[in-house]
Amino acid sequence: MEQDIPVVEGRAIVRNYHVPGSMLARAKSVPALKGIDFKVGKGKTLAIVGESGSGKSTLARIIALIDAPSGGELRIAGEPVDIGRRRPGPGLRSKVQMVFQNPYGSLNPRQKVGDVLMEPLVINTDIPAVERRDRAEAMLKKVGLLPEHFNRYPHMFSGGQRQRIAIARALMLNPSLLVLDEPVSALDLSVQAQVLNLLADLQDEFELTYVFVSHDLSVVRYIADEVMVISKGEAVEQGSREALFANPQHPYTQSLFAATPVTDIEAIRARVTRRKAARAAQAR
Amino acid sequence: MALLNIRNLTVKFATATGSFTAVDGIDVHVDRGEVLAIVGESGSGKSVSMLAVMGLLPDTATITADEMTYDGRDISNLSGAERRRLIGREITMIFQEPIASLNPAFTVGFQIEEVLRLNLGLGRKAAQARALDLFRAVGIPEPEVKIRSYPHQLSGGQCQRVMIAMAIASNPRLLIADEPTTALDVTIQKQILDLLMKLQEDYGMALILITHDMGVVAETADRVVVQYRGKKMEEADVLSLFEAPQHPYTRALLSALPENATGDRLPTVSDFFQREGT
Repeated sequence: MEQDIPVVEGRAIVRNYHVPGSMLARAKSVPALKGIDFKVGKGKTLAIVGESGSGKSTLARIIALIDAPSGGELRIAGEPVDIGRRRPGPGLRSKVQMVFQNPYGSLNPRQKVGDVLMEPLVINTDIPAVERRDRAEAMLKKVGLLPEHFNRYPHMFSGGQRQRIAIARALMLNPSLLVLDEPVSALDLSVQAQVLNLLADLQDEFELTYVFVSHDLSVVRYIADEVMVISKGEAVEQGSREALFANPQHPYTQSLFAATPVTDIEAIRARVTRRKAARAAQAR
Repeated sequence: MALLNIRNLTVKFATATGSFTAVDGIDVHVDRGEVLAIVGESGSGKSVSMLAVMGLLPDTATITADEMTYDGRDISNLSGAERRRLIGREITMIFQEPIASLNPAFTVGFQIEEVLRLNLGLGRKAAQARALDLFRAVGIPEPEVKIRSYPHQLSGGQCQRVMIAMAIASNPRLLIADEPTTALDVTIQKQILDLLMKLQEDYGMALILITHDMGVVAETADRVVVQYRGKKMEEADVLSLFEAPQHPYTRALLSALPENATGDRLPTVSDFFQREGT
C-alpha cells in the first residue's frame, strides 16, 4: 500500500561533530544525535521540540538532506538515502525543501525576489524562462504577496513577508516534505499567527508533510500532529500531540511544560492574590 | 507617589529620509516596589522610551517630554556627572543579549568589581567579597570559580545572572529589564524570571519589564502598558488586561496567541492593521 509508506523515516540516526585537535587540545568527537527514530506520514506534521544544544537543528539539517548522518538510515518515500555517499540529484532535491529560522539571513540581499523564487527551477529543472516567471508570480500570490513584488529586493520587505518569500522558494519545486527550522521564532506575535495560518493553508492545499522544529510549546500544540521531544541528542518522548500535551511522561517534558509561561486567567489571579498577601505581610 | 513619572514623552530620530517618530506622546509611571510590564511588538517604541529615560539614545534622537521625574527630581536635563550618579546606582538596566552586554576581554569578576569600585567606592578586597555575595544572591553555581571566568565560558543564562548581579549591586530602586529572557531557553527563562521577581520582592525595588511575550507579562506584571507604533494603546492592571482587554489591538494580540486558538486557524491582527492603513 502506497499510503503506508512514510514520506520520511529515520532509523537510529546518529550524528557526531568532529572537533579538530590543536596544540593544546586533542581532537574529539561530540555526539549531537544519539540514535533517533521517527517517521512522518503524508500530510502530517511532526514537531521536534527541544532547547538549544538539544540537536534539533542538526536533525532538521539531516532530514533536509543538507548534512549527512554519521550513522543510521534515512528513507525518503521509502527509498534509503545516503547523501554522504551520493549527492542528492534534482529528483530528490525536489522532494525535500527547507525553510530557515532567520528570514533576514536566508535571502540573498542582492537577489530580486523573482530570482530568489526562480533559482530552484533553474538549478533543478529545464523549465523554460517564461514558465519559470509565471510559476514564480503564481507562487507569490499563493503565499499572500503580490506579483508586483517580483522585482523588489529582500530589504524592502518586513520579516513576516520575507518568511513568506522563503516559504515560497521552498515550494517552487513542489516538494512533498518541508523541513521548517524555527520558522516563526524571529517574528512578532501577530505576524507569527499569519505565517502559521499560511502554513496550515498550504498543507491542506498541497498535502504537504512538515517537519517543524520549534522550542515554543504553544506553537507546537497549534501545528503538530506528532511531537518528538529531544534533549541532549536523544528523543526522550514521542507521541501524538493529544497524548503528549494531555499527559507528558518524561520528566524533561514535564519540566518544559512547567517552565512555559501561561496566560490563563485563573493562574494570573492566583499570582496576583499571592503577591498582595506577601506585601500585606511585609507591611505589617 | 510615583517613583518614575513621564508625561507626554516623544522621541524623534533624524534619518536620511526625514524625521521618524519612534515614541509619540507616551505617559509612563511606575510606583515604588511595583512591577510594570511594557509590552509591544517590534517598532512599538517600547525600548526607545526607556533608553530615553536612561539617556542612552544616540545624538540623532530628539527627546521631548512635559515631565520626566525620578523620585520628584527632574531628570530631563541632567549634566553628565549628575546622570552618572543616578544611572547605574539608583536606576539600572539589563538587556536582551547577556553575552553581548559583557566585555569579552575581561573576566566577569573584574567587570562586576569595577561597578562596585566606581559606584560604591569599595576597595579591591571589599569589592571582591561583595561580588562573591552578589554571585551567590543571583544563584550562580560555584561562584568562586565562575568569578574568574570570561563571558564566553559561561552560558547565556549565567551571563544574564552576572548582568543581574551587576544591576542590583548598588541596591537600585528601579531596575529596567529590556527583554531579559528573549534570547534564553524556556527553562532558563523561568529561572531568570523567578530570580528577578524574588530580588524585586527582597529588595523592594521597582521593576520595568520590557517584553513582547504575553506569557512573560502574565507571570510577572502588576500593571501593564500596551504599546503599538510609538503610542500607548492600553494601560491596565494585569488581571483586567487579560480578563477584559479594552483596546482592539490588545484583544487582537491576545487572540493571536497560539494557545488561545479555538478553530483550526488563528485569528490575526490583520483587521486591526488594515484599519491603521498598513
